[in-house]
This record gives sequence, structure tokens and C-alpha cells, in this order.
Amino acid sequence: MDSEKELFTVSVFSENTVGLLSQVALIYTRRCINIESISASTCSIPGVIKWTITSIATRHAMEKVVLQIEKCIEVLKAFLYTDDEIVYQEVALYKVDTSLLMDEPHLEEIIRNHNARILDINRDFTVIEKTGHYSETTALFEELKRYNLRQFVRSGRVTITKSEREFVSEYIEKQNQRKNGSQQG
Amino acid sequence: MKISGAEGLIKSLICEGVDTVFGYPGGQIIAVYDKLYDYQKEIKHILVRHEQGAIHAAQGYARSTGKVGVVIVTSGPGAANVVTGLGDALMDSTPLVVITGQVASAFLGTDAFQETDVVAITQQLTKWAVQIRRPEDIPSMVARAFYIASSGRPGPVVLDIAKDAQAGFAEWSHRSCNFIRSYNPHPEIPVSDITEIADMLNNAERPMILAGHGVTIANAEQTLMCVAEKGNIPVATTLLGRSNLPFNHPMHKGMLGMHGNLGPNIATNKADVILAVGMRFDDRITGDVKQYAPDAKIIHVDIDPSELNKIVHAYKAIHGDAGQLLTALLPLMKHRDRDEWLKLFKKCEEIEHREVIDPELHPNKQKMNMGEVISIVSEHAPENSICVTDVGQNQMFAARYFGCRSHRAFISSGGLGTMGFGLPAAIGAKIGAPRREVILFVGDGGLQMTIQELGTIMAYDVNVKIVLLNNSFLGNVRQWQELFFQGRYSQTEMTNPDFVRLASAYGIAGENVTVREELEGAINRMFDHKGAYLLNISIDADDMIFPMVPAGGSINTIILNPTTKLSL
Repeated sequence: MDSEKELFTVSVFSENTVGLLSQVALIYTRRCINIESISASTCSIPGVIKWTITSIATRHAMEKVVLQIEKCIEVLKAFLYTDDEIVYQEVALYKVDTSLLMDEPHLEEIIRNHNARILDINRDFTVIEKTGHYSETTALFEELKRYNLRQFVRSGRVTITKSEREFVSEYIEKQNQRKNGSQQG
Repeated sequence: MKISGAEGLIKSLICEGVDTVFGYPGGQIIAVYDKLYDYQKEIKHILVRHEQGAIHAAQGYARSTGKVGVVIVTSGPGAANVVTGLGDALMDSTPLVVITGQVASAFLGTDAFQETDVVAITQQLTKWAVQIRRPEDIPSMVARAFYIASSGRPGPVVLDIAKDAQAGFAEWSHRSCNFIRSYNPHPEIPVSDITEIADMLNNAERPMILAGHGVTIANAEQTLMCVAEKGNIPVATTLLGRSNLPFNHPMHKGMLGMHGNLGPNIATNKADVILAVGMRFDDRITGDVKQYAPDAKIIHVDIDPSELNKIVHAYKAIHGDAGQLLTALLPLMKHRDRDEWLKLFKKCEEIEHREVIDPELHPNKQKMNMGEVISIVSEHAPENSICVTDVGQNQMFAARYFGCRSHRAFISSGGLGTMGFGLPAAIGAKIGAPRREVILFVGDGGLQMTIQELGTIMAYDVNVKIVLLNNSFLGNVRQWQELFFQGRYSQTEMTNPDFVRLASAYGIAGENVTVREELEGAINRMFDHKGAYLLNISIDADDMIFPMVPAGGSINTIILNPTTKLSL
């Protein structure tokens, strides 16, 4: 049995229902698995919410978590991924003093090197945005830390699978067939 | 025409086929009770004495009938008191719809009087829990609730209905639910899997079927029997699957697990192919998983996909219904002689009889044993009796020594092991199956956890035969203290009331049985009596339940009695 802990991404496709978040969170809590990041949004399927949850645990534990999540009535499907199976991205925001931006010649270079962009600027502060992997947004954080970084925040991960097939659409298709069958029968 | 949410609820329950509910009124459910008053002809309400009694009674009802048990309670403490039963029903796959009153939606989240966050509390203990805040949502939510509770792996559902949703008016129309996009309770087992399983079983030299509660729930006992007979394959049953085969059927080799029979446990670790159907490899069954069924290719079939590969790794994990599987398997089964294999069970039976069963049934002492009492009750019980148990030694002895001979004949709290389950569950079972004899085996500890339900027996004249196996101890804990904690009986001795007089105060007949000579006569009087009866039987506190696989040990290292350990 694989007992090495590693970073896993769980993708959950669900209906948009009150209370589902706490139900899913409790599945992690019960097994004492910390959620590293979480994000949720609409997806290409009308009415369906896609959640992306990352956590560090053993594969064995995560396989069970996914089955328990799928057991929630309003969950359509849940999938377990490692980083090589998905395309993923995060966005980070950094707030620095505008005066520093004026005075520090290196800042412009740093922003340029990291492919970051200025989102908002006023007399007092400037907000820089960087999208990328965790390591990339962290790298920029490490550099900006030296320049009196006032705020730093990073979003949860969003992911797209590298799979050829769209399993959720297939599932919904199958379910619709079942629905039509049961209504005729 | 618009009707109130409360009336809509009652009408929807009737549409879902409900004719009996168990409950207890209160401030936030009073509108529903007011409407129940108008529908007394259609719905019989059983007023229990405590909400925990209501839910266990509904469980007993659901288990004896196969129908959904319905509970109605108020908010706050009423809802909190059903929580144990929800956990019990979830573990034991019992279909329930539990309706809890809730404060008016404007008061939600204000710590209003008798407010509690029922959905949050019950989410982890139900298959589905939802709050209803508008009267127009009631019919569709009730329909969904019944569909979810009764389909797939059955389980409890909570409908938490705010007071204003009960009191408000809306148009009502009810349509039963048979489809939820995000839920598929009817997985198809591919034909290729069926043929592969049949081949594996037909070719096996030492096959075994482990039949669990899923077989009972699927009403597939007959099919199981045919598969076992046709294929000449021995069957072992789980605690909740005890009535899957008649106890004396030649292919029924007994119970699995900690206090199971020797044959099934020993054979599990010698089998080459195991078909585990409608069961979930509880730790009380497997003991040490690492040493469990080392030589077997395990085929695990369950309607709940999260059970597959959860505890033991299955060679073939099949998401599907026990009944569907067995039905498809039956025509493919082939007879094969397995005399050597079946001899193993015979040999184990001989050892078990010599070392465990005979001493239990025919002791050389004055005091009585639980096993001998249950065995004699079983001999006198009608063939279609339902055996209900509480939790502890009484439960294990009943599982071993009561001979189930009919459908849905064994009702017990398995997964959660809820003391206090027995009495109310027996009441519910009897109300669900009024023509069957319902016999409760209960200890003095468990009986006192829900003893107030004697009042329900009195009020509704529920004919339950209560066999109180009274050793004035919390026997199972005492046994562990005896075996594993140097006989230090910490807080397990009970100072008990006079149970027969207590029953008598409720108008329930009964008698004390203190010596063996009185036993048979008392049992006859109990069965002859028209109505509930309590036998308070003095049991030797030193009587222990054996064989025993110590928790976490391998299932082939078994304690036969305090001085004999068997390793096969």
C-alpha cells in the first residue's frame, strides 16, 4: 500500500446546493486531512458547479475521500488527480508601496522577469498580479518580501484535465438516458 | 386550492404509502400534529415516550417490513434526541424519513427557543438532510426524501421543516420521485462480470459466500439459497444477515466475525474464492485485515461503491445490487463436489460443539446461561418469529443461538452497536409485522436505556415478548474486563429494580425465572399469553460469549473458553 503523502487535486462536479460545502469539508475533517486550497465556480455544464480542492495525503486515503464525496447525493462526480494529469493555475496578488516602485530600480525588473502585471496603482500603493503555479507565485513573493510587501494573497487552484474524454458529460448523458428510460417504462 | 404546508406534508406522506408514523409532538411541529388530527384514519401515529424510542421503533418497523420508517419530532431537543438513531440507521442501511420541526425561518440563526442547527448536526449521520423554508417545496422534498431513503443503499433522510413552511399556504400536488441527476442507485452489473464470477466460483475448490444485510434488503434470500445449493457452496452470514438462510440449512455454516462460528472464520482464511455480497467487511468480521483471507480471490459486490476496496482489497470489486447479482448468477452455477472442503466445516462444528456449544447449552452448574435460555426460547418460538436484540452479550448469544427460519427475522443494531435499541425496535417490528411473533432479547443494562417505552407497549397493546437476560452486569464490558483487564470490574455492576413489578406497573404481564426448572414452563406461559410479556431471567454473570476472536487479532486464532485458545 502506498503510504507516501503527496499533493492531490480533487475535482468535484456538483449541483448548486446549500450545505454541500460543509458536508464535503467534514469528509476531510473526519480523516484529519487539511485542505490546502479550495475554489469553486460554474463550469461548461449548465447548473453544475466545479470545485477544485488540494490536499496533502496518501493516495489510499484520498481514494476513500473521493468515494465519500461522490456519495453525497448532490455530487455528480468526483475525481482524484496528481499534478501530471492536469493543467492548473493559481492567481496571486501583491500589494507594495507605490513610493518604493518609484525609488527601487529593481522592482520593475522583477515584475518583468516574473511576467507579472500591475493591476491597480494609486499614490499610496500598487497591486501586482501574477498567475502561475504555486512555485511561481511563491518565487515572486520571496523577491517582493524584501520590498516591504504590505499584502499577499493567493487563490485556490483551478484545473482542466488532460484527459481525452469528458467523464462528467458522459455521466450526465447516461443519467439522462436512464431518466428517459424510467419515464417511458 | 391552497392548503397549509403541514397538510401538504401529511398528504404527501400518504401519497408515498405511509400509514404509520412514530413521533413526539412539540412547539415547532405543532401545526403538523394539528393536521395529523384530521388524518387519523389514514395515518396511525405511535406516540412514544422519548424521541430516541421513536427513531428506533421506526428502524424496527423498516427492518421488519422493508418499507420506509417515518419519524416526526420537534426542533431542538426533539431533533437532538433522534441523532443516535440516525447514526444507527446510516450504518445499518435502514430507510427512514425523519421530519423535524424547526423555528420559523425569520428566527433561524438567532438562538431562538428550541432552535438547533439540525441539518448541520445530521449531515454526517444521514444519507441526505435538507431544510425546507417554503410550503410549496414540501411535496417535492418529501418525494425526494422517500426516493433517496429507499433506493440504492437505503438510509436515513432528514427533512427539517421551518414553522412558517408548515403554517404557510401553497398549491399542493404530489409526484413521486424516481430520478435525481446526481444520483444513480441502479448500477448495472456487466454480463461479462457475471460470467467471470460464475466461472471463478464454479472452478473454485474452496469457495465461500459471505452474505450480508444487502441480501436481506434486496429480498434475495431465496435466490441466495438456490445459488448455494446449485453450486454446492457454503454460506456464512454476517450479524445483520443472520436470516439470509434458515439456520439449519445444510449450506448455512453459521456466523462470521468476533463471536461467529468456528467454521466460517477458519474457512475464510483457507478459501480460494470468496464471494462477499451485500456486506462491508466490518472490523468485527475481519479482525486483523493483514491476516484476513490470505489465499482468497475476493469478489466483493455492494450497492455502495464507497464500500468497495475500503477495508479489504477485492480481486473483483463490483458495484451492484445483491439481488441482481444472485439472480444473474443462478443459471450459470454448476454443481461441483467439494467433500474435502465441506469436511472442514464439519470438523470445526465438532470442535465448536464440544468446546463451546455443549457446555453453554448443558452446563454443570445451578445458574443459567444466556445461550441455553435463547436456545430453548428458539425451540418454542413459531417458525416466522422475528428475533430482535439489544446490544452486548444478549445480542451475540441471540445471533448464535436463536434459529432464524424466515425472511427478515433478525433485527439488531450492528454497525453502531446502540444499547437501548432493542425495546423500541421490537415495538416497531411488531407494529410492522403484527402477525409475526416478535421476541426481544435484551440485557438489564440496555433495557434501562429505553425502558420508558414500556409505556408505548402499554398504550398500544403491542404484543412483544421480552426476554430479559439479567446478570446484573454490563456483561460484555465485564467479559472484556475479565479477559483483558485482570477482572477489574470497573463500573459494570448494576443495581437493578424489580423488573417484573415495573412491567406490571405498565400493565405488562411477566414473571421471574431464577432456576432452570422453571424456565420451560415460563417460556410456554409467555408464548401462550395474549399480549406483551416480560421474562426476567437470572443469568450467571460468569457466563461469557465464546468463541471470541480478540479485537484486532487474526480470525484463525480463536479463544474457545478462558483456558483454551485455538489456532488452525
